[in-house]
Amino acid sequence: MVPTDLRYTRTHEWVRLGGDAATVGITGHAQDTLGDITFVELPKVGAPLTKGREAGVIESVKAASDLISPISGVVASVNAALESAPEAINKDPYGAGWLYTVKAADASEADGLMDAAAYEKFLESESE
Amino acid sequence: MPIASGLKKTPLHAIHLSSGAKMAPFSGYDMPMQYGGGILAEHGAARGGAAIFDTCHMGEFAVRGAGAVSSLERALSCGVADLRAGACRYGFICNEGGGVADDMILYRVAESEFMVVVNAGNEDGDFERVKRHMAGDTEIERLSPSTAKVDVQGPKAPKIAAALLRDSVSGLTFYKFMRNYYKGLEVIVSRTGYTGEIGFEVYCPARAVADFWNDCVAGGATPAGLGARDILRLEMGYPLHGHELRADRNAAESGLAHAISAKKEFIGSPKALDPSLRKQSLCGISLSGRRTAHGGDKVLIGGKEAGAVTSGSFSPSLGHAIALAYVDRGFAAVGTELTVACGKNDIAGKVCGLPFYKNGTARGEMDLYL
Repeated sequence: MVPTDLRYTRTHEWVRLGGDAATVGITGHAQDTLGDITFVELPKVGAPLTKGREAGVIESVKAASDLISPISGVVASVNAALESAPEAINKDPYGAGWLYTVKAADASEADGLMDAAAYEKFLESESE
Repeated sequence: MPIASGLKKTPLHAIHLSSGAKMAPFSGYDMPMQYGGGILAEHGAARGGAAIFDTCHMGEFAVRGAGAVSSLERALSCGVADLRAGACRYGFICNEGGGVADDMILYRVAESEFMVVVNAGNEDGDFERVKRHMAGDTEIERLSPSTAKVDVQGPKAPKIAAALLRDSVSGLTFYKFMRNYYKGLEVIVSRTGYTGEIGFEVYCPARAVADFWNDCVAGGATPAGLGARDILRLEMGYPLHGHELRADRNAAESGLAHAISAKKEFIGSPKALDPSLRKQSLCGISLSGRRTAHGGDKVLIGGKEAGAVTSGSFSPSLGHAIALAYVDRGFAAVGTELTVACGKNDIAGKVCGLPFYKNGTARGEMDLYL
């Protein structure tokens, strides 16, 4: 269920490494828990992000929550289509619903994140 | 799914669980917030198709007898004597201080027989409050334990419900109700609701409600939860007790003049009818983007605090966020520009007329939907 080529945080973000910049999104579990997403505030291109700190805000018809940066670096691009169509996050959280890309200050930071198997185990432990 | 201890269940509880509903506590009941398709899809069903809501948790009681009219005139804020049999009317149960203990719909069943429909969380207090004002030759009886209720709402709802009912609903106009029959059992079909769309609130025996629900779903109605219901009512600018209406806020500040009769005395009327006690006005706020304001967020006008938000949501029908707020009188004119202080962010908005959503079918010609 969970893509195997990504890394995951305990706050339900994913990171796709590779290329110049890492791509960041929220997981299928996160979008399902939030429900229909109605608003997302993304960081600005060029903004510095710190691992574990707030990178933006996401709101659904039920709840609002902070986006937590899974990795430190500088924002390289954002998914501007989400401004008017944030439902893409619900429909395709690992694809068209990506949030932003970040030029990692230290790519080895991602080593501390969970792989797919560990994240699935983490989801099971959370649901108990 | 574990249920918090002490929560009550409606007769439809098992159906919700087997339909994949996400349940949550509401007014002492374990209620469906949404089903698998999500809140936006349920909202869309009510606006463009048909949605069905479990409203069995709501409270009903009957008031009967020669003193019913005078008793209810005293207990309720709306006019009672001039309500015709077969019609219903929205009003408040006020407290002595002129605040709103609850809002309710009054049904005149016969010359000397009424049904009062109230919010689940206030039912016990409402019953005692109305009972206290009963004349000697009048009786009050709880109907809730044996009465179930579902709301079928949306442009396709009349056809779906009509196919299940014995008698034609063709002549039924807005805020009128009729006795009807489902599978030989007597039901009340009321042309009311909380969505702004055409449809019915159907009161039926608790033992028949699961069949009625399933028949409506088989006929094309989408099960919808309290999440969608809250957005639908907010798009119409309808108040929710505990948010826009409160025991500690003057009833007239709601601006719901049709709910308050100035022609009689009722509990709380000296305060509710005193204009000097109206410090604020309930108004609609149209926000500039999708970011949602929440209850308690401050409203700033010209940089100064002028009120607070009571309810807020993204409006799927309008594509931007909307809110209801109490704003100081004199600052509530339509078009007034303002800012909502929402946590770390300020959201720009302006006062707008209600309803927010103006294309609701609630008052449409019934025959166009049958």
